[in-house]
Amino acid sequence: MSENTNVVKKGNGARSEAAMLPPVDVIEDSGGITLFADLPGVAKDKLTLQIESDSLTIEGEVAFDTPQGMESSYAEVRIPRYRRVFTLSKDLDGEKASAEFKDGVLKLRVPKAEHAQPRRIEVRVA
Amino acid sequence: MYRSMFPRDIFDELDNLQRQFQRAFEIEPSIRGAARGSFPAMNVGGTPQSVELYAFAPGLDPDSIEVNLERGVLTIAGERPDDLRVEGQPAQEKEASVHINERFAGRFRRVVSLPDDVDPNGVSAQYRDGVLHISVKRLDSVQPRRIAIH
Repeated sequence: MSENTNVVKKGNGARSEAAMLPPVDVIEDSGGITLFADLPGVAKDKLTLQIESDSLTIEGEVAFDTPQGMESSYAEVRIPRYRRVFTLSKDLDGEKASAEFKDGVLKLRVPKAEHAQPRRIEVRVA
Repeated sequence: MYRSMFPRDIFDELDNLQRQFQRAFEIEPSIRGAARGSFPAMNVGGTPQSVELYAFAPGLDPDSIEVNLERGVLTIAGERPDDLRVEGQPAQEKEASVHINERFAGRFRRVVSLPDDVDPNGVSAQYRDGVLHISVKRLDSVQPRRIAIH
């Protein structure tokens, strides 16, 4: 869990790659914020969630089985990557964020708290 | 009113730009449409032996997806539950508010015309990581065959 090294790495380069913007739903209640994101084609181990200071980054690599020698004839999904960054408000506690990822849908819960600290979120299989 | 206060809203401009791009590069659609932006997004590819379709349909119960092939027309239909509704119902008492609502919810149907040489009995489908992969075999008779010379 070396959050800091990861933060440095993220800063250079990786962000300039083209990526699709995944559609999200965000709902807030008195306890915190729940975010749903559609990331079809992303395997659990290809999903990266990161909260550093007040920013949340969702990134995923798209991969699916294609038979050998397949030629694409029509494509709506052209970029094999999703990325979306959100700014979190100070009243959310990134430290206590939890995430589930199932069938290409991410459900992230960030509860409200005093302050947010950098941390990497573990994805657990639902 | 809000608009006129911020006449050059950057997000609005970007949105416009994207729409123009889409219009400029849109290939002639088939009579069945296949509009970009509809749910689920689809990719189609082919090999000499098969036609491969990928529907990007996350968060579905595989048993609830209907896949039909009739006279060379493949239909994918189903219903996607509204997570906001499901989540929102109990939360509503706690004054839940929806900040962003972009994900598709409700009934969907997409129809794709397949090439003439597909085998209606050779369809297989599997659902993984939110992607429905449908593979349709082509008929043997039209596959290129090497003829042995004796």
